[in-house]
Amino acid sequence: MVPLWMFLTVAAALFVIGAYGVLARRNAVAVLMSVELMLNAVNINLVAFWRFSDPVASVSGQAFAAFIFVVAAAEAAVGLAIIISVYRSRYSVVVDDVDMLKW
Amino acid sequence: MIDVPSFAELNLEVALPGIFLALFTTVLLIVDLFIPKDRKITTAHLTIGALVVAFVLNLPAFNAGETAMNEMFIADAFAGFVNMIVITGAIITVLLSVDYMKRSGIEHGEFYSLLLFSVSGIMFMGSANDLIVVFIALELLSIPLYVMAALRHDDVKSEESGIKYFILGAFASAFFVYGAALIYGATGTTNLPEIFRAIAGADGIVATENSAMIYLVIGAAMVIVALGFKVAAVPFHMWTPDVYEGAPTPVTAFMSVGAKAGGFAGLLRVMIIGLPLLVVNFGDAVETMAIGETITVPSAWQTALWLIAAATMIFGNFIAISQTNVKRMLAYSSIAHAGYILMAVAAVGTVQITKVAENDYTMVAVYAESALNGALVYLLAYTFTNLGAFAVVMSLENNDGSGTMLDDFNGLSKRHPLTAAMMAFFMLSLIGVPTTAGFIGKFLIFDAAIQAGLIPLTIIGVLTSAVSAYYYVRIIVNMYLKDAAVTDEAVGLTPYVNYATIVAFAGTLIFGLFPMLALDLLASSGAQIATLLF
Amino acid sequence: MALEQFAPVGMLLLLSTGLVLIILNISAVFGPKNPTTRKTAPYESGMKPIGPAVRRLPVKFYLIGVLFILFDIEVIFFLPWAVVFRGLGFYGLIVMGLFVFILTVGLIYEWKKGALEWE
Repeated sequence: MVPLWMFLTVAAALFVIGAYGVLARRNAVAVLMSVELMLNAVNINLVAFWRFSDPVASVSGQAFAAFIFVVAAAEAAVGLAIIISVYRSRYSVVVDDVDMLKW
Repeated sequence: MIDVPSFAELNLEVALPGIFLALFTTVLLIVDLFIPKDRKITTAHLTIGALVVAFVLNLPAFNAGETAMNEMFIADAFAGFVNMIVITGAIITVLLSVDYMKRSGIEHGEFYSLLLFSVSGIMFMGSANDLIVVFIALELLSIPLYVMAALRHDDVKSEESGIKYFILGAFASAFFVYGAALIYGATGTTNLPEIFRAIAGADGIVATENSAMIYLVIGAAMVIVALGFKVAAVPFHMWTPDVYEGAPTPVTAFMSVGAKAGGFAGLLRVMIIGLPLLVVNFGDAVETMAIGETITVPSAWQTALWLIAAATMIFGNFIAISQTNVKRMLAYSSIAHAGYILMAVAAVGTVQITKVAENDYTMVAVYAESALNGALVYLLAYTFTNLGAFAVVMSLENNDGSGTMLDDFNGLSKRHPLTAAMMAFFMLSLIGVPTTAGFIGKFLIFDAAIQAGLIPLTIIGVLTSAVSAYYYVRIIVNMYLKDAAVTDEAVGLTPYVNYATIVAFAGTLIFGLFPMLALDLLASSGAQIATLLF
Repeated sequence: MALEQFAPVGMLLLLSTGLVLIILNISAVFGPKNPTTRKTAPYESGMKPIGPAVRRLPVKFYLIGVLFILFDIEVIFFLPWAVVFRGLGFYGLIVMGLFVFILTVGLIYEWKKGALEWE
């Protein structure tokens, strides 16, 4: 069986890639995708931890992962709506153009 | 075979305030569709009615000390108190919003539903007994706030504050779940009391030499980062002034107290119930302890919180001095106030170890109760005071969002003596002058921090409070000693806003004069947490 | 560690990738090449191409897209329920009924708001 540390490494790598994307990408939609990547990295972690603990006794890891899926979708929907709203008033989704208030 | 719980086992009645509010809000969303556009005041009245009902339902659940929904939810004094704070805060927010929304042309019935969703999120956060519930509550309180911040969609500033809050908020949520996943991996459970028991270990002292410890420390750090973002602690505060300035003022007012109460409720739940005994470095003293001897050690996260609290108090107060827009100044002052509450959280991390017998130790976070009381009373005082201050700022704000500069307060005592007097009182409460609620909160927190041995941090707290007096008193000076250049009418000074200001004033005054009212409510919180854990 | 368990998967991956590459490139290698400007231009039913090919979509598509994400993902809760449907019995039915009720409220809301109307 694939050992636990491999899953954790993949998850950590995905999380870091996502975090880099949030900080470095300038397109708001790409930032949103990076956030989703981070959340999915967490899902890998959770399911791996669940599988390597006592999978029958407790399914908290799986349940947590399911909730993260759903919440991530809700977050993405709200985020896209706000991005569209900004786009309509400025014709740009580049985060750097959103500069009325100083960061 | 699956173990199906019966409805009686779920013990839903102790979760009733939160469940009622969440379900009512869902229905309100539909009801609002059938209310004509010029009668949205009805929705506001329904909202206040629901909040009052939730407040009443909260009273029997207050001291129940029982868990619900398979131990994922708990109703104790802590939860009841958080519910009380947030419901009162929400009622004042609704009073503030009614006229403001109308005169700035953003009157949507959905606003009230969003507000109530956020409120129920904070209520679930206060009652969370499981990391999954903490996460869902965190999102339930944040997602409506993202929308509410961007509500003024004809104003680019408001949209911008919405998108900033959203991006950074989602980023912080990802950190929270990553931390929660690592804590789950280390302990094999998401239930906070079970995490506590897993950390405390069989012989009462944690094994330091294993990978679970690394997961726990990284997990705790990430949870602190995420919740530190929600409560606007330095260095995770970058979003605060922009979002506060851009969002509609009632939303800002609610954000500054509601999101803060929710974030701190989550932080206190995780730190006091889940991770208080997370000690990595016991030092040599444990090796040489005699039987019956007692020593205190800091938990792994205390230093981190110490630094964050100190940075938050210093940064927030000093930047607030240079602000000329009162809304922005209140944003920085809200950062500074988060620092004081973080001081109380840091005080929880002082752990007492007693050697009972050979290879048998007991570890107790002895100052958890006084720190918890301090943090909660501070939150209560801050809720009333800050909402009051925002109410006054709002009554001066013009329809286009201007009118919130420091100079706009000049000569207010002559134009509106009562409002000016209440504003002066709110400012004194924010400084922490005796007879105000703010003093009680600060006193309890400093007291807990000194007990826990955080003397330098307490000194920083006292000094920065003195610094904060400068910019709060400046408003009083402007109101009483300067003459106004213009004498235009305060457009926002409507009856509803007046009610809100008076409610906030009454709360600040009553809890300032009779602090035992709040402390009695919290009397059993520590004992309840102890029974929960052992 | 037993990486050799993954050998069949690896072989399948290599074979399928290789096959796709061969099929895609075989015509480029063997076919005659005689390019002109007309031939390399994008195909627009015989017309001369006007403007860039990527065009902005009406915002309606985004609205439907956002609604789709929501209702699509929420269904994840049905999956575990369906797996243990018999075991949960009446209890599961009530709890899922509550869940469906909340979803329905969302549907009614967007319907009444006119989000589902295309024009």
